[in-house]
Amino acid sequence: MTTHEPALPISPLSDSPEQPAGWSIALESLRLGYGSTVVIESLTAHIPAGRITCILGGSGCGKSTLLKHILGLARPMAGRILLDGKDATQMSRREFRQLRRRMGVLFQDGALLGSLTLAQNVALPLVEHSRLPKARIAEIVHEKLTLVGLEDFKDYHPGQLSGGMRKRAGLARALATDPPVVLCDEHTSGLDPINAASMDALLKAMHRRFNATVVAVSHDLESVRTLADHVILLHEGRALYQGDVPGLQACEDPYVQTFLARRPINL
Amino acid sequence: MLPTPPSSLPLLPALGRASIAAVGNLGAVFLFFLDGLLSGLSSTRQLQRTVLQVYFIGVKSVFVVTLIGLFTGMVLGLQGYYALAKVGSEGLLGSAVALSLIRELGPVLTAIMLTGRAGSSMTAEIGVMRISDQIDALEVMDIPPMAYLVGPRIWASLISFPLLTAMFDVIGILGGYLTGVKLLGINAGVYFHRINASVELSDVMGGFYKSLLFAVLVSTICCFQGYYTHLRRDGAGPESVGNATTSAVVLSCVCILVFDYVATSFLL
Repeated sequence: MTTHEPALPISPLSDSPEQPAGWSIALESLRLGYGSTVVIESLTAHIPAGRITCILGGSGCGKSTLLKHILGLARPMAGRILLDGKDATQMSRREFRQLRRRMGVLFQDGALLGSLTLAQNVALPLVEHSRLPKARIAEIVHEKLTLVGLEDFKDYHPGQLSGGMRKRAGLARALATDPPVVLCDEHTSGLDPINAASMDALLKAMHRRFNATVVAVSHDLESVRTLADHVILLHEGRALYQGDVPGLQACEDPYVQTFLARRPINL
Repeated sequence: MLPTPPSSLPLLPALGRASIAAVGNLGAVFLFFLDGLLSGLSSTRQLQRTVLQVYFIGVKSVFVVTLIGLFTGMVLGLQGYYALAKVGSEGLLGSAVALSLIRELGPVLTAIMLTGRAGSSMTAEIGVMRISDQIDALEVMDIPPMAYLVGPRIWASLISFPLLTAMFDVIGILGGYLTGVKLLGINAGVYFHRINASVELSDVMGGFYKSLLFAVLVSTICCFQGYYTHLRRDGAGPESVGNATTSAVVLSCVCILVFDYVATSFLL
């Protein structure tokens, strides 16, 4: 069953930041890939703290691969990933797990656990890693679901919701522990323009409220224009452009121009 | 430089590579089982998850195991009666039914039924979680997927398989009673006396050990196939989940029968 989408409560979120800025992330001479396949040859980039950084690029350019490596789901072939100044590639497994607990992740389709309700999904990281009493966890879950406009759907299972609602629930789960870094993988993919715009607005409002470092992987230009403080454009295994959105639009590189104009490349 | 193999043995390197890969896979499955088993003991929350899995694997299989057990016993009663009647030993029907069930058919058929009902579901569920990033999500939340998904299923199988096997045996003996005593007219006292006289503790323990062995095989194979769905070469996405489920069921059934022979040869 797919349910009717409730309106997003954007306005209550547009207040001042409640916590200090999130982490910065530095990528130094990164070589990434799987097995013998190299996806990113040499990437050096900086993701500033407390800003929204969009990682942009064509399909297959390594955006999601980069995200997986930042999350420690895969090991880089070479290079360093500095999370809040600490080299994640040199950390012990235990140290990295401690660090990763403080990262919120929104996967492409939400990646909510199908056997749990929305409330249980959002509560999961708190139940597993905090010693908060049940009542306090329930309060936090209610608060986060209210933020994304899904408080009336807390007892629904992910399969009963639309794609947009699953993404919003995924965002609520990502924010459950008030992480200093939120990473989003294609947060507007598969959504209609209205839902995609709502998702952007929600992410922006969340950022204003929590002041976390947001890293959003996307190939949705409209979304990038709306959201990004900082852009990294990946092409052929390297960062072709790094900077703000006006700079991207003024960039004279032929590929950047082709990408922004949505022109086909001569095959 | 390595010497070139003689042309009369062109398949030898390929055979060697396949053998090394097979041994490597066996090692990987064994380590997967150990990891799952130990991670199932990692916290008190595991107990709650294991109980849920016992409900799914065990309680929800009661009906189908009862049904299959009853009809297996009834068929054994019929076939056994006519076979024994040829040598004038119908009175031994109780022994024949009980020993066949307790030593062989109970553990084997229960394991095969559970492979079809619960094992396939384990593979499909874990496989879907893998291809829809749910396992990555668990890892990112620092919730070990082996502890969350695999450990409780292995422990629940270790609890459920012997209990369901025992139930299958009892219901099967009752099925044999229905055909042998109620339908074909063997004396009820003789039927149960022969069971009492022929079944020893070693027979029951043999069936128990087999059911534990099958629990390990089925839960490990099914969880392993689901957990590594994304590494399959014969498909991607939902297709890989379908293929993983088929492989899990076929491999589990083959392993049940092969290891049944091996275990029987040790237990006899």
